[in-house]
Amino acid sequence: VDFRDTPEQAAFREELRTWLDEHLPDELRGHRGGGARFDGPEIRQWSRALHDGGWVGISWPAEYGGRGLSPRFQAIYLEEEARAEAPPHIGVIGLGMAGPTIISRGTEEQKTRYLEPLLAADEIWCQGFSEPGAGSDLAGVRTSARLDGDRFVLDGQKVWSSYAHIADFCILVARSDPDSQRHAGLTYLIVDMRAPGVEVRPLTQITGDPEFNEIFLSSVEVPVENVIGEIGGGWDVAMTTLLHERGTLAFALVARLEVQVNKLLALVADRGATATQREAVAREWSQLQALRWTAYRSLSALERTGLPGPEGSILKLQWSEANQRITKLALDLLGPDAQLLPGNAPYDGYWTIQQLRSRGNTIEAGTSEILRNIVAERVLGLPRSR
Amino acid sequence: MDLAFTPLQDELRSQARSFLEATPSPTWSQLADLGWTGASVAEEHGGAGLTFLEEAVLHEEAGRALLHAPLWSTSCLIPFLDGADQGAVASGEASWTLALAPLVPDLDAATNVAVVGGDTIWELEGFEREVLATNDVSRPLGVVSGGEPGRALCSSEVLPALRSRSLTILALEAVGVGQRALELAVEYARTREQFGRIVGTYQAVSHPLASSYLELELARSLAWWAAWCVANDEPDAAVAAAAAKAEAAEAAVAACERAIQAHGGIGFTWEHVLHRLYKRALGIQSWEASSAQLRAEVASHLLDGGGA
Repeated sequence: VDFRDTPEQAAFREELRTWLDEHLPDELRGHRGGGARFDGPEIRQWSRALHDGGWVGISWPAEYGGRGLSPRFQAIYLEEEARAEAPPHIGVIGLGMAGPTIISRGTEEQKTRYLEPLLAADEIWCQGFSEPGAGSDLAGVRTSARLDGDRFVLDGQKVWSSYAHIADFCILVARSDPDSQRHAGLTYLIVDMRAPGVEVRPLTQITGDPEFNEIFLSSVEVPVENVIGEIGGGWDVAMTTLLHERGTLAFALVARLEVQVNKLLALVADRGATATQREAVAREWSQLQALRWTAYRSLSALERTGLPGPEGSILKLQWSEANQRITKLALDLLGPDAQLLPGNAPYDGYWTIQQLRSRGNTIEAGTSEILRNIVAERVLGLPRSR
Repeated sequence: MDLAFTPLQDELRSQARSFLEATPSPTWSQLADLGWTGASVAEEHGGAGLTFLEEAVLHEEAGRALLHAPLWSTSCLIPFLDGADQGAVASGEASWTLALAPLVPDLDAATNVAVVGGDTIWELEGFEREVLATNDVSRPLGVVSGGEPGRALCSSEVLPALRSRSLTILALEAVGVGQRALELAVEYARTREQFGRIVGTYQAVSHPLASSYLELELARSLAWWAAWCVANDEPDAAVAAAAAKAEAAEAAVAACERAIQAHGGIGFTWEHVLHRLYKRALGIQSWEASSAQLRAEVASHLLDGGGA
């Protein structure tokens, strides 16, 4: 057990801090948090600068444009990104989900075609797993993929797709065998978002922002070479994607929570707090440290054994509930001012929007109910509940 | 950075667990023979020459097993004693407790009592002790009367460091206590049937246990961060120890309460071990400072100039 950076890690961190100081434009500082869409041209430009600086795909294999470093360095990147309040690379879905899935399950042609533009932010990715009838129960997917010669024809609807409005490609699962049930008969596809029959509609959420989208697919043609994995083996590939989502997500979540806690401390410094509120702030700060060290414990197990430690299964669950408590605490500190909207609100309505947005945290990327089932069944070894 | 345990730490844990399962009420000299009492005492003074991190493994296991021995009380003082006194602890001749407040822990067993007077911590001599009946029978409290300072042990400037060490050990114990309660609850929920179903299939039963797991893993991370800070005299030791004990004590109490609930009536009986775990968790919650007090200290560190 050692909580210090190794000399190599410390040097990486120092180089990164210097680079961020020199390159991060002031107007982009503080521009993060998930309440608004980060899709303007300045974010693409920033993403390209990150790529040119060598800060994208840090833990990707060198042969696919990465730096081939251990995930430890990606974690350091995310910590420093949070500390500098720098916006994330625009290719969130590509870097966290599409790219790793293509690397582990894709063909050589797919790797050559898609990975480099993804890293360089020249092409943006979105994801189409959820459907109106398939939320937590992904095996309920009904979008159909009918094989017709050397192409699939897609019909159906996807929902909760962030970045779909600007995406070039979508990774999705569709039912390629109309007679199949549940996990069988699904195929994992790369869909060109500019293909005829793809329509994207913004979905306005509880905050008033259209952060997510619906995707409507009407007779969309997808060449068979866009299949990832086997035809009919889409469930297995989707699990690879979700594993990467949960694995790479942890340090990004820790980083986002650190920004929230720092802003909360600043809010208390500005507005004051009662003794009870101060204790609540101390609890959130303590739990942030706990979340960070737990993420590192899971990573240390991964480095030693090749498998992330079981404690990794609590990270997203804990983050989502902590973010809900923190944002609620901020509303409490703001009092009636929290009712005001951006434009006339303190901090430009940051906390009001953040608190509403946080309600989605326990739903997206695995509801807290599903995640507690996973802990109960896979970590504690309790019998299945269904 | 590497937060995995070393092979030595893993081995210590497994040795400690099997020993305490086979020997639930070891004597102090048995613990000395195993090298536990002098785990972090230098070899030249007869100790094992390990760091506080290895000792931390033992404290977690001691909590899990509800060890009835003055390990916590003694360990708080060890680094501040001179070589000869450390040697006496390592050999099992001596054990210590510090009488900081009217109620003194482990007074049934500690051979030596220390007191703070002025700028010095002294060995108390010529005192009388009375051991009181306590809720947690594995950690009796007592009161001392009379007596006067004898030998000077060290400067009282060590008190903040001593407190960090104490809070950290309590946090580690709490994690062990909570972990044991959780394991008992899981085992019960996997086997008990009602309405023709294993009760653990009900999410109303399983989800609270998942919450215990979550809280205990977070607490464990904090306890080990605090232990590392203490072992390395890090400037963050005080705030880490306060945060760790505040979170771990609450996690342990909650894990015990959920375990009692998951067991139904049997968990409420005197014959079941759960009440003893619960009473230790409540005891840990009360020692040094409550979670609310510790959070007030953390808040002061964060908001009143200590810096995060």
